[in-house]
Amino acid sequence: MTLDSKLPSGPIEQAWDKTRFDMKLVNPANKRKHSIIVVGSGLAGASAAATLGELGYNVKCFCFQDSPRRAHSIAAQGGINAAKNYQNDGDSVYRLFYDTVKGGDFRAREANVYRLAQISVSIIDQCVAQGVPFAREYGGALTNRSFGGAQVSRTFYARGQTGQQLLLGAYQALERQIHEKTVTMYPRTEMLDLIVIDGKARGIVVRHLVTGEITTHFADAVILGTGGYGNVYYLSTNAKGSNVTASWRAHKRGALFANPCYTQIHPTCIPVSGDYQSKLTLMSESLRNDGRIWVPKQKGDKRKPDQIPEEERDYYLERRYPSFGNLVPRDVASRNAKSVCDEGRGVGESGLGVYLDFTAAIKRLGEHVIRERYGNLFDMYQRITDEDPYKVPMRIYPAIHYTMGGLWVDYHLQSTIPGLFVLGEANFSDHGANRLGASALMQGLSDGYFVIPYTIGHYLASNKFAKVDSSNPEAQQAVANVKQITDKLLSIKGKRTVDSFHRELGKIMWEYCGMSRTAEGLEKAIGLIDALREEFWQNVNVPGSGDDLNQSLEKAGRVADFFELGRLMCVDARERNESCGGHFREEYQTPEGEAQRDDEHYSYVAAWGYNGPGQHPELNKEPLEFDYVHPSQRSYK
Amino acid sequence: MSTTAVGLRENRAPGFWQSTNGKKVVMAVTGAVMFAFIIGHLAGNLQVFEGPAKLNAYGNLLHSLGELLWPVRIILLLCIGLHITATVQLALRNKAARPVEYAAKKSINSTYASRTMYWSGPIILAFVIFHLLHLTAGYIHPGAAYIEGDVYHNVVSGFQVWWVSVWYIFAVSLLGLHLRHGFWSMFQSIGLNHPRHTPMLKKLALVLALLITLGYISIPLSVLAGFVK
Amino acid sequence: MKLRLKIWRQKNRNDKGSFVSYSMDDVNPEMSMLECLDVLNETLIERGEEPVTFEHDCREGICGSCGFMINGIPHGPQRATTVCQLTMRHFKDGEELVIEPWRAGAFPMIKDLMVDRRALDRIIESGGYISVSTGNAPDGNDILIGKDTSDRAMDAAACIGCGACVAACPNASAALFTGAKITHLGVLPQGKIEAERRALGMVGQMNTEDFGSCTNIGECTAACPKEIPLEVIARMNQDYWRASAKRRDDSVKPVTPVTRWNAK
Repeated sequence: MTLDSKLPSGPIEQAWDKTRFDMKLVNPANKRKHSIIVVGSGLAGASAAATLGELGYNVKCFCFQDSPRRAHSIAAQGGINAAKNYQNDGDSVYRLFYDTVKGGDFRAREANVYRLAQISVSIIDQCVAQGVPFAREYGGALTNRSFGGAQVSRTFYARGQTGQQLLLGAYQALERQIHEKTVTMYPRTEMLDLIVIDGKARGIVVRHLVTGEITTHFADAVILGTGGYGNVYYLSTNAKGSNVTASWRAHKRGALFANPCYTQIHPTCIPVSGDYQSKLTLMSESLRNDGRIWVPKQKGDKRKPDQIPEEERDYYLERRYPSFGNLVPRDVASRNAKSVCDEGRGVGESGLGVYLDFTAAIKRLGEHVIRERYGNLFDMYQRITDEDPYKVPMRIYPAIHYTMGGLWVDYHLQSTIPGLFVLGEANFSDHGANRLGASALMQGLSDGYFVIPYTIGHYLASNKFAKVDSSNPEAQQAVANVKQITDKLLSIKGKRTVDSFHRELGKIMWEYCGMSRTAEGLEKAIGLIDALREEFWQNVNVPGSGDDLNQSLEKAGRVADFFELGRLMCVDARERNESCGGHFREEYQTPEGEAQRDDEHYSYVAAWGYNGPGQHPELNKEPLEFDYVHPSQRSYK
Repeated sequence: MSTTAVGLRENRAPGFWQSTNGKKVVMAVTGAVMFAFIIGHLAGNLQVFEGPAKLNAYGNLLHSLGELLWPVRIILLLCIGLHITATVQLALRNKAARPVEYAAKKSINSTYASRTMYWSGPIILAFVIFHLLHLTAGYIHPGAAYIEGDVYHNVVSGFQVWWVSVWYIFAVSLLGLHLRHGFWSMFQSIGLNHPRHTPMLKKLALVLALLITLGYISIPLSVLAGFVK
Repeated sequence: MKLRLKIWRQKNRNDKGSFVSYSMDDVNPEMSMLECLDVLNETLIERGEEPVTFEHDCREGICGSCGFMINGIPHGPQRATTVCQLTMRHFKDGEELVIEPWRAGAFPMIKDLMVDRRALDRIIESGGYISVSTGNAPDGNDILIGKDTSDRAMDAAACIGCGACVAACPNASAALFTGAKITHLGVLPQGKIEAERRALGMVGQMNTEDFGSCTNIGECTAACPKEIPLEVIARMNQDYWRASAKRRDDSVKPVTPVTRWNAK
């Protein structure tokens, strides 16, 4: 397949304006005649549904939660970047663009990233107008902080709840459209298949999670804003319900899946405390601004942290990266934590943890300053661990946090299935191999508020739409497919619970396709996953029936898709014989142990086509070209 | 799943009086009027300590107001009526709002006074009716006979009956409890709450409720103790 | 540690429902309340029984999905903590925990500990927003907002919509929830413009749903995992009576509360 990314020509600064001008428009009177399905109600989905409703389209929005306000965007803590340059510190659209391309380790499309940086400015305006209570100066102006090692202060935030406030803004805009009856909301409704008719995405099959009813919905276009797939690792900072099912079922209908192996691991999470652990809790990485990370020099040192004298401590980040110290990027900090723990120097009962110590900062600044800066985070840590971080160093460990890969989309955010658009974390487009802090919220809202309203109009105006309904053979086939999967899952009645399979899959993924990977390990993982998937389909126990609310059934369907996705991630990771961003292959590192890119052979997007479960997928390559930011080796020494 | 819609009401916004918030504003305003009466009434009553002449003169003064007295009485009755109507309607709605009770439910923040408004109110009402029949109309006046116009005599001889005094003290204590919550709650219902002022208001409510209670019960206590004869 | 969980089990809205007791012998004090239910569910499934249905998602206290009563207190005994972050070390070895769903007429039962909270969405739908379409916005710094005002808005905006306030209120009132949104948007200059219309709409909807009235007793704010202050209810009351006095027509209408599920 040749991938047409529809990249605009001409200077990058005018590319989006030119594209918008070249696009066809839908006559205002005709907009309500066009129906659009939006799956997901997070930042991307809710902002898209609300904006399309405002434009006058006939929108149906679906989410599996009980309310659109619960989508996992709500959990983002740190902030949202925008090139406002309110701080007069040298920021600009070009600098945000540059930082994002470089931070993505030169594996993102320049045109997409430039557009993102341009739009970032409008996002803040829109959110302020909606009533998002961003942090402010006494004089009333918006304030910013520097985040994730950025050299300018461009991050806007609302305490530690920026995601929540931005999502509530989008949710409120969505509720307004629901009231105007331009959007119909379907909560507790999960998409289980995509209906493709005459080569175009025309509808979805859904299961109502309370009644168990399986129904079809049709539209002229389908938008997925269904988030990332970090839960393939079982333990992640994602919400328990986050899943890949909508994306994966679309992938099985022909949408290519791009760069699945690019996963982001966040260095500052609360470590696992036992087998029952159901999720990992993120602590904002702003903690690294004042905390010092260390482990004992000696292997298996079980002394309490305050009994380990200064000279027997190894402040390994400060030692290895004297200029960046504790503020090295996420991927570097995470890998180093893993390597000291692998050496047997990890702390805590499990040995999987490192200290994040505020003693020095408290001595230097006083406890009140630390309390003012991080009070809510310290409280959260204490609530969970019952340890007082003002007295005892925190224990932290990396955890899966974000997935840069996703369904392949062109510059218009359209997947390889015409009429299927993918927004936010669910697509692959803007972050390359590594996402910078405070950029996820920016991308979700950019896609939903400011990109899709134009590009979908162009699609709708350029195509004719035959009438379709549930009697179409493609629709009937999709419904039959969903019913078959549901019936099969319920009929196995084996010995193991869904969670036990999911946990085992997660362990395989974390071990072999986590922070660092090898060709050999990935090969092994593929075999293990295939075997586990087979066992799953013979030995899973899903109690209850499909005719009412059945949380085990919901989970089982999602885990079934995670098996296939997990395999694809391993295939992609094995195929990419280089290290870049969130993908670290042990075979490809510099003599100092840093990621070694291979721009000559791997400067492309790997977009995979589905060939059936356990079958080798088809690789399509979209070459990446860098006309503005020239690839260089990242160094933090 | 059931296809019935609950609470399917006419598709019009509930008017001010139909809304729970509106009723609470009415309760606050009528409560404020009654609170003013309670203060005024107390000020008048305390003249009992200045002897029969003073108190009887005060009683005669009130009676001589004539056509002014009745409008005041009507306003008070109207306030009582509205306060009670709103309470009953809200209570019925509140009961219906939780059709299935909890097996276990703990109160974690509210004051005793606030949780007992529903029964302190009716008891106070019953007392007010008794009180009017006892000292205003004289229909129920155990012990010495009721003498029209001799307020001092009626009060002192009335309270010399021990159970009348006990009933009075009990009811007035409940009134204090009612005011303890009601006083600051009025402000909340009409929309006045401030993180610094409201805690002071709550303290003031406690002080006022105590003073009013003590003020009122000082009369039967003094009578029983023989200070006032 | 050992615990006895007395959990409300109810198959669906039409089922009668009852408490069922489960003994757990090996509860790790570090696990959260929801992880404790996870462990129970795993054993139930292995025993061939139906697991306990409960709502949950982010498990870090921000999505507002989870919540149930533990021994008569919404989200359990720990202040400012949702059940997903409530660790078992707050309970005594051998303790019995009575676990039941939010009980309110406006929150129809779905299954076990799960209830239908769409009434809260309908309150937001009826005015809990600033009517500004995408593209309408002026520059972010064109609207200056003092830090104090912004902080007050943020305090109210912290609401996660879990419904604990309704569950805690003896009258099942949604005043704290509604007041929080009215305050969040009403104190901000960009939200003041339609503050009165918003109050009429949201309060009207709240009264159209099967919620009870506020009696100013403050159980809600103590149960609120985000500690939303009672002040927000006063703000709502004031906005509402002012708006009621000033309105010129009946153009603000509530939406019809529905409890059926629309899959079509």
